[in-house]
Amino acid sequence: MKFAVQLVAAAAVLACAQGAFAQQGQTVKMVRIDAQTGLLGPVGVNQLKSYQFFAEKFSGAGNPAGVKFEVTGIDNKLSPTESLNALKAAIDGGARYILQGNGSSVALALSDAVTKHNERNPGKEVLYLNDSAVDPDLTNSKCSYWHFRFDADTSMKMEAMSSFMETQKDIKKVYILGQNYSHGVQVAKFAKETLGRKRPDIQIVGEDLHPLAQVRDFAPYIAKIKASGADTVITGNWGSDLSLLVKAANEGGYTGKFFTYYTGVTGTPSALGTNGTGRVYQIAYNHYNMGGQMDKWMTEFKAKYNDDFYTGSIIRIYQTLGAAMAKAKSTDPVKVAAALEGIKVSSFNGEVEMRKTDHQLQQPLYMTVWQKADKKYPYSPENTGMTLAPLKEYPNYVSSTPTSCQMKRPS
Amino acid sequence: MEFFIISMLNGLSYGLLLFMLSSGLTLIFSMMGVLNFAHASFYMVGAYVGYSASQIVGFWPALVIAPLVVGALGALFERIALRKVHKFGHVPELLVTFGLSYVLLELVQLIWGRLALEFRPPEILQGPAFTLINHSINGLSVLWGVAPAEMCSAADAAVRVVCSPFPATRGFMMLVALVMLGSVWLLLTRTRIGLVIQAALTHPHMVESLGHNVPMVFMMVFGAGAALAGLAGVIGGSTFLTEPAMAATVGSIIFVVVVVGGMGSLSGAFLASILIGVIQTFAIAFDYSVMSLAQQMGVPLSAGASSNSLVKLTLSQIAPILPYLFLVLILIFRPKGLLGTREG
Repeated sequence: MKFAVQLVAAAAVLACAQGAFAQQGQTVKMVRIDAQTGLLGPVGVNQLKSYQFFAEKFSGAGNPAGVKFEVTGIDNKLSPTESLNALKAAIDGGARYILQGNGSSVALALSDAVTKHNERNPGKEVLYLNDSAVDPDLTNSKCSYWHFRFDADTSMKMEAMSSFMETQKDIKKVYILGQNYSHGVQVAKFAKETLGRKRPDIQIVGEDLHPLAQVRDFAPYIAKIKASGADTVITGNWGSDLSLLVKAANEGGYTGKFFTYYTGVTGTPSALGTNGTGRVYQIAYNHYNMGGQMDKWMTEFKAKYNDDFYTGSIIRIYQTLGAAMAKAKSTDPVKVAAALEGIKVSSFNGEVEMRKTDHQLQQPLYMTVWQKADKKYPYSPENTGMTLAPLKEYPNYVSSTPTSCQMKRPS
Repeated sequence: MEFFIISMLNGLSYGLLLFMLSSGLTLIFSMMGVLNFAHASFYMVGAYVGYSASQIVGFWPALVIAPLVVGALGALFERIALRKVHKFGHVPELLVTFGLSYVLLELVQLIWGRLALEFRPPEILQGPAFTLINHSINGLSVLWGVAPAEMCSAADAAVRVVCSPFPATRGFMMLVALVMLGSVWLLLTRTRIGLVIQAALTHPHMVESLGHNVPMVFMMVFGAGAALAGLAGVIGGSTFLTEPAMAATVGSIIFVVVVVGGMGSLSGAFLASILIGVIQTFAIAFDYSVMSLAQQMGVPLSAGASSNSLVKLTLSQIAPILPYLFLVLILIFRPKGLLGTREG
């Protein structure tokens, strides 16, 4: 008994002595809950590899807090129900940081579940770091204190995309095609709203929603788009829903423009090939020719996995998390969450800020176009010989959008 | 007009792919009375075997090898599993094929992985088979192969030219399905083997006492049905996608085809698959909803009713569930199917 008391006392002294650097050398266990199988599996697999690749880069001396990052993945088959089971498994396994990105339907379910878990289990809180789900509701009507988004939401992307379309006078008739779930619905809503504001002369000639990751054959949709006379298609489709769409467009001889979110993502570069030069656009928070350190990382990633790295938000997650842990001097999610609010970090393209009111990362956006890779823009995804060349950068003040979030903060 | 033709061709080619799949299913059902739940899995295995074979020997030999391999697998399964449970009745037969579908899915994932494969059709099938050119002055014309770019654009802005290429893969799919329909029909009605098969169906004991090996006949029929699914797999896999979920996505729809066409009726399956393919393709083209219909008929809707999401649902959005709606209607009003002979 006496010995035990001594031990506790000694431990307390030690803890005090370490003081400021209590978090140093600790391991931060993170679990990514995302699709690793099925039609949209290749995207999830690529991103899990990206997480693990950058966990090595940012561990230890790679971050100001000196912690070690460790990422494992659980396959959720893109189903919100499976994701909730996965969340439980992850928490039971000791993870306090949950990562997810693909599917806003999953993101909404996870954000809700994490919030409830934290209410019911004080002292065992978990944080949800969202790398790619872009439904604006997540940082507006359904915002949560425990959710942080590192991608740019649809309202931001559409703001930038419509600003670009404002300058393209040859766009007259637009067709909006999307996946039938929260994300596709929001893309259509914000596309109509922002275009109505900036280019009221543009006619929306058609609008369609198709089932998510179910359609193998987009030829009927392409026939419909052609019949509508649209010169431009706006789509938030991703994964196979985008690659099969552009494949059908090539086969069906559609020659209009495509304004997309995810042209650079697994599968679509191969499906496009040399077709679509100068006609396929992408709005995103990074692109394949950022230069500097990013170039070296992408080359190394490609050499290691024979795959392309495109989810830049992963880098930002590690950077902001490291900074927040150093600021909080802890890896405890409650303290880290408080430190994350309003944090400013210098990232691969300047300073980004995690806005306090809604936990939406404020960041510049880029409009890029599909064209032949050249000396200036050399990086070629999926060895297609093509690249996404930047046309215009939209700084934070253009892409930033207001929020209606009224967050419940822990007292 | 070119929209109608292209959509019709899209619908027909999809319908014919469904027929390739359901013909094997309906053949097995009509001959043996076995509802083969693993049929779509044979389709998937066909695509994967075709993919692997095409990596080694090229696409055209693979088109022959894959159905043979799948057919042999089917025959083997009939010999070692299905025949053993045959004497216990139809439910055990159904369950054993149901189990097989899971085993095949897991095996395919173990061997080829869980992600979609890049199964490219051969060079000759990659371009368009023909191009429809709709010229606002010269009218509609057809050109074999790719239309040169200058024919698809008009110098004069007032002239509207639309080029609609039709992919060769789809043309090939239609061709194979029609050849298959013809040869299966000829085999069953015009050859000696066909006569024995038909006789074995209704009078197995008589046929047996005439010196024919009836179990052997059943094994051949099951193998042939699986081989047809395998052939459809090679073509479907290279035209659309080769991935583990491909069995699940067509699995339910081919049962719709078989039920709608009439259990065990080859011509019924043909009619139903064409019907479903065309309906599904054309439904996507129409944006009619209850709301737009009401507006056209001059029925005023209240503000609450017009913001109801059910009322706003368009035909194009419900296109994927239309076949199943069709199935329910057929089961209610004509349980024996369109061309079926036996009652429900």
